[in-house]
Amino acid sequence: MATTMTQTETFVGKRVRRREDPRLITGTATYVEDIQMPGMHYAVIVRSPHAAARIRSIKTKQAEAAPGVVAVYTGKDTERVGPVPCGASLPGLRVPHHHVLATDRVYFVGHPVAVVVATDRYLARDAADLVEVDYDVLPAVADPEKALAKGAPAVHPEWPDNTAFTFHQEGGDVDKAFAEADLVVKQRMTSQRLIPMALETRGVVAEWRGADRQLNLYTSTQIPHLVRTLVAQMLSLEENRMRVVTPEVGGGFGSKLNVYAEEALMGFVAMKINKPVKWIESRRENFLCTIHGRGHVDYYEVAAKRDGTILGIKLKIIQDLGAYHQLLTPAIPTLSVLMMPGLYKTKNVRADIVGVFTNCMPTDAYRGAGRPEATHGIERMVDLLADELKMDPAEIRLKNFVGKDEFPYATATGLMYDSGDYAAPLKKALEIVGYQKLRQEQIEARKQGKWMGIGISTYGEICAIGPSPATPAGGWESATVKIEPSGKVTVMTGACPHGQGEETTFAQITADELGVGLDDVLVIRGDTAIVQYGIGTFGSRATAIGGTALYFALQDLKAKIKKFGAMLLESEDVTFSAGQVTCNRTGKSKSLQEIAGASYRALKLPPETEPGLLATRFWEPPNFTFPFGAHIVVSDIDGETGQIKIRRYVAVDDCGNMINPLLVDGQVHGGVAQGLGQALWEQAVYDDNGQLVTGELMDYAVPRAHMMPWIENDHTTTPSPVNPLGVKGVGEAGTIGCSPAVVNSVVDALSPLGVRHIDMPLTPEKIWKLIAGGN
Amino acid sequence: MKIRVTINGKSYSHDVEPRLLLIHYLREVVGLTGSHVGCETSLCGACTVELNGKAVKSCTMFAVQADGASVVTVEGLATDGKLHPVQEAFWNEHGLQCGFCTPGMIMASKQILDRTPKPTEEEIRHGLEGNVCRCTGYQHIVNAVKAAAAGAGK
Repeated sequence: MATTMTQTETFVGKRVRRREDPRLITGTATYVEDIQMPGMHYAVIVRSPHAAARIRSIKTKQAEAAPGVVAVYTGKDTERVGPVPCGASLPGLRVPHHHVLATDRVYFVGHPVAVVVATDRYLARDAADLVEVDYDVLPAVADPEKALAKGAPAVHPEWPDNTAFTFHQEGGDVDKAFAEADLVVKQRMTSQRLIPMALETRGVVAEWRGADRQLNLYTSTQIPHLVRTLVAQMLSLEENRMRVVTPEVGGGFGSKLNVYAEEALMGFVAMKINKPVKWIESRRENFLCTIHGRGHVDYYEVAAKRDGTILGIKLKIIQDLGAYHQLLTPAIPTLSVLMMPGLYKTKNVRADIVGVFTNCMPTDAYRGAGRPEATHGIERMVDLLADELKMDPAEIRLKNFVGKDEFPYATATGLMYDSGDYAAPLKKALEIVGYQKLRQEQIEARKQGKWMGIGISTYGEICAIGPSPATPAGGWESATVKIEPSGKVTVMTGACPHGQGEETTFAQITADELGVGLDDVLVIRGDTAIVQYGIGTFGSRATAIGGTALYFALQDLKAKIKKFGAMLLESEDVTFSAGQVTCNRTGKSKSLQEIAGASYRALKLPPETEPGLLATRFWEPPNFTFPFGAHIVVSDIDGETGQIKIRRYVAVDDCGNMINPLLVDGQVHGGVAQGLGQALWEQAVYDDNGQLVTGELMDYAVPRAHMMPWIENDHTTTPSPVNPLGVKGVGEAGTIGCSPAVVNSVVDALSPLGVRHIDMPLTPEKIWKLIAGGN
Repeated sequence: MKIRVTINGKSYSHDVEPRLLLIHYLREVVGLTGSHVGCETSLCGACTVELNGKAVKSCTMFAVQADGASVVTVEGLATDGKLHPVQEAFWNEHGLQCGFCTPGMIMASKQILDRTPKPTEEEIRHGLEGNVCRCTGYQHIVNAVKAAAAGAGK
């Protein structure tokens, strides 16, 4: 086992195995469900089986009398709990009052109606069946386009048009661009509703210490500090009387970037019964009641010149919002608008969003959050344009890319792309896949009646979300670095990793800056009683913003160490290496431990220097970062069955500098799996009555090991100028780059049939019908 | 009902409700929280344990069905503080991210290698079909099983 270093070794840029893994591979990590406390009670939530109904009455007597039951609460009891918050603000946004428990009406299947609390989880579950709710079932609407039609049932009676907001954004001169165009290609496409399906469902343990007025909330979240601020408000509790702990979090993908009714509800219950209470979401509840993603219907128009130059883009988005706004629901499609030009130079864009209420679970941020939809759209449109012009899809992209000498580049949607060389990953991917040879092979394959396709996607994304003006809650991140009296280093980050591995990458950054070993560093996150304050982990922000906050805190700390160095070594000109601070002139050195000791013992202090070795920084990024890349998919389709086999998957991603390429690869693989899930298999299906038909893993097809192709991944490296680490972020890249490459490949395979577009997921049935119909 | 189960080599005897699921028995009665509940329907594999040498989904078995059986959970794999080769390989190959599926994934991987010491990639992927991982895209898990197989041959 490695211990304190004795010689200079650096870690940034190396494939270091993770420091969080020992507890995870031995089954000794603590997730919310693993928390046990004396006197623990268990809560089960009674939920609406109807998508729209008036509640005539709720009878709880029988449940209350059931064995082990200590309380049953309904919407009447929780009326004073504040509404589930929506953090997004848009002009004219209609925000329905979102009670933690339904009061007189339910709006979607799974809507919480009552909570049963018992001494045992099985008894709580038994008693939940004894709560009698009398519903007056109302007509529901589950499809956003149907919800906009005249005479559609009103999701919220006060807004019969089911429109929560409209949003318009325009850049350049779109009408002129379209007037001057040689051709315009149009396409309607959907980006279907998806279920994030983190493997750990949500869960909450709430513990009320009445004498101290202290609420401890253990919750599986990506944003512990924001949960504290907002849930304290909901419960009218002083924020400093609330502690939120996120123990191990079993995946989030955006679905835990939220504040949920159950988080406040468990706080409410614990305060009522004065005992700790645990609620663990069932998988069925997770499908019904944790946010969904995507849910777009997009209408695209792209204007171009005959030589392939894109002149302008028009986009109309119909966003299925669901019944309520969760934390960021209405903001997600605005990210699609920002990203709509993709990597292309066009300065003329027009976008209109209609946000539509439906009797479904709210949509919100799911891996990529608005950017996969935008990338899917533009990358499909570019292929349609290439097809129309008989141009090669690689060539048309290379023709329209923002040039590598044009950065920083101001986009038509108001972004400033930081750095890029968009042709580089595409050229690399084309070379790896052997593009020219594959095109030759395709000609031969077609002669033999085989369906073979090659699909390209070149994506950009908005990461490091994000400068505070672009976010509802502050877009900075924080870090504290403390050198303990023993010389060991403790980092406290406001980011809240849940699988991304910052306990390792932040230790790598720290070890290199301070010249210590990885084992000398401990990274702590996810406890509001320990960590200063933080925003959390989402939007590929933790390393680019949290890592940068850490970097600057380390610089502050080093400046202070140098002062002690000046006192002990008679020089501030020092090097940090091998656990020593060494004077560059004399070669004399003191260990970090000796310097820390001098600092804490404080017998003698350098001028204007306080005791202790600790630094905190809250770093506000000046801009987003903009990673990019190229994915190429080669597919073979079985004409008899409609099955798609992905023969090759090449991913070349540029996420700026890489702190740990092993972890970057892991992020890309996982991202691609979720993109492939959307492209080929996954879809949240509500029937016309608002029943979720895909409510279990049996009906909702997440990728499994035998369904995944081998991903050949590689990188180009274009450092970001936005932060001193030069990092951009990679959490969502795989998902964003994937789906258009897959669909472009399949459309390419079927293009001899005249197929121009297929909506996701590309199920064998859909493909088989196209082939059977075409032949 | 009274049951006697050997878990990770240690003998346990408890009086349990007939409807108590094996996963809840392991997690809440015995206190071994390594195995997880991911779906309650045998579809995700996070609860995979070994029962008399065979990998089973402990979320759809009653504890009473394990009466007299020998169970191995992820906590029982390391011996004398030394990780099992499959655990070591998952660590080395970055075969996990959030870690929630990992205990079940490791048990399923061990089963693959117990049955087929030198599996092909296809055999590995087929052997992992019953276990869902939402983070890794499975590639590093496949690498881990390959690495464990290669290491065992040395």
